[in-house]
Amino acid sequence: MTVLELEGEGDDWRLHLGGDWSLAALTQIEAQLKHIPGGLHGTLVCDWSRAEHPGIGPVWALLLHLTGLGASRLGISHTGDPPHFLELLQKLQSGEHAAPAPIHDGPSLEESVGKVGRWAVLQGSEARAVIGFFGRIVTVFREMFSRPRALRPSSLARHLYETGVTAIPIVSLIAFLISVIVAYLGAQQLSRFGADIFVVDLVTISVLREMGVLLTAIIVAGRSGSAFAAEIGVMQLNEETDALRAMGMNPIELLVVPRVLALVIALPLLTVVADAMGLAGGGLLSLLNLHIPLPQYISRLRESLSPTTFWSGLIKAPVFALLIAMVGTYRGMQVRDSARELGRLTTVAVVQSIFLVILADALFAILFVQIDF
Amino acid sequence: MAASIAATAAVPVIRVRGLVSRFGAQVVHNGLDMDVVPNEIFGIVGGSGTGKTVLLRTILGLRSPDAGTVEMYGQDVQRLAAVDRSSLVRSYGVTFQNGALISSLTVAQNIQLPLREYYPASESTLEELADLNLALVGLAHDDGKKFPSQLSGGMVKRAALARALALEPKLLFLDEPTAGLDPISAAAFDELLLYLHSQLRLTVVMITHDLDTLFLTCSRVGVIVDGHMITDTLDGLLQNQTPWIRDYFHGARARAAGGPAAAKDTHG
Repeated sequence: MTVLELEGEGDDWRLHLGGDWSLAALTQIEAQLKHIPGGLHGTLVCDWSRAEHPGIGPVWALLLHLTGLGASRLGISHTGDPPHFLELLQKLQSGEHAAPAPIHDGPSLEESVGKVGRWAVLQGSEARAVIGFFGRIVTVFREMFSRPRALRPSSLARHLYETGVTAIPIVSLIAFLISVIVAYLGAQQLSRFGADIFVVDLVTISVLREMGVLLTAIIVAGRSGSAFAAEIGVMQLNEETDALRAMGMNPIELLVVPRVLALVIALPLLTVVADAMGLAGGGLLSLLNLHIPLPQYISRLRESLSPTTFWSGLIKAPVFALLIAMVGTYRGMQVRDSARELGRLTTVAVVQSIFLVILADALFAILFVQIDF
Repeated sequence: MAASIAATAAVPVIRVRGLVSRFGAQVVHNGLDMDVVPNEIFGIVGGSGTGKTVLLRTILGLRSPDAGTVEMYGQDVQRLAAVDRSSLVRSYGVTFQNGALISSLTVAQNIQLPLREYYPASESTLEELADLNLALVGLAHDDGKKFPSQLSGGMVKRAALARALALEPKLLFLDEPTAGLDPISAAAFDELLLYLHSQLRLTVVMITHDLDTLFLTCSRVGVIVDGHMITDTLDGLLQNQTPWIRDYFHGARARAAGGPAAAKDTHG
């Protein structure tokens, strides 16, 4: 259906507007507007007598298009019951600054180099910000000795409960299952040499040195790291942190330090739970699959342990906890302005804390081998 | 005044009958009736906790009434098929108390959001329409490129209005449009509203606490008292002897707003 029809020649044009001119017909109207030839001059009369339900948007598009066509050489007038808002639109149009569209060239060499430079500077300033954040946490820690009130026991207790106690079931389950899997697959290989009993060594050493603490850290990063970032992030969006600052309170002291401290306490404890469940899982599988009775499992377990095995795993836990809690809270404090930022930074918090945990674990592995721990 | 009396006879755009809203044991609306006629600016006032926003949310279909009916253009809002509902939603515009602009989109993208959803047009046309709506509410082209967090309070209210106008509604709901604005910005908003009301022939339903706004813009006002609505013209309400209404319109703040006395001059 045609919504506009151009009639006339030379200096005398008439534009018949008919059919549906509501917003719903916008696409169609837009397409037909393109068919009006350019370079018209003289007078143009728009006849609105057959247009139905004219909408503001389509009429606006028509006005802009006509102006673009004729520039100053076309005198436009309206007849036949034009829409009641036409005058308003004309007024807006005459006041309208012709906003020139920005011209986009491809990226020049200068721009590309500039981008790399900006990125480098950004990384540098971010590194400085991270160090500054760490410094502020340390300052609050130091203050705690002279001012015990800065410890915020109730807040600390809440975070201990949320990051520690509520994580026990999932951490136990996963540690148990993983050690069963390790023991099962190990037994498949070792039984070929008749060395079934070494399954115990495999489970003990892998769980105590690596698996227990690493799995716990990754689970906690997913659970609590994201929660820290999201919680503090929403507080940032609601200007709650600004409100705290305005009341003379330090958000680092109120929000960040309790979380960091709680996680540094909770993660080693969770690791002990994971270790215990892992050893239990290994024992159960040895009993059922390899028919090693429990007393024999325990005595073999004792033999396989060197004095440092347990501690070499556990000592990593507070370091991982510090990484997870700091990344989570730091990313939370970075949230600005929009809901999208909140989602992005929560994701970044989890991904980065898991990455840092694994990186730190690798460094620990090298260190322990070098010092024969 | 004559216009609003004539309008009262017309078919109501919104008709609420016997509305009951409950939150647990607390009854907010207890058989509330309300009519909004075409082409008027209808103000809703009431003390804190009398359920002004709840009423608005119920009319919009965001909340189901515990009893009673809400009709818009003669259709029961609760009993609409999904298709009719979607076309009904497109026929009105809403601004929320805090603007509720999508924070990850620019102002122009916020305005284009409903247009893009319902009417696939070319980018250049959408750009033009965003500019049009910005111009309608008195914002500049460059304001469209800003994110909501970069706007002042007054600009947020205007941007929200521009988004509400994007689908060319005949009916506009405003929840506290001038709350949090300085008196000059609030007055400018009132003028803008009156201007758009006359130019675009809108019906406006507005929750407001701003007495200046009430006196300047509203043709009729509904006061929620004890779960019921008392609807009258401002002149009528000024004579009303219900305690809350008397306090509201004759309190110190009302006098400071040039309320009763000034209103008698202009409306009487």
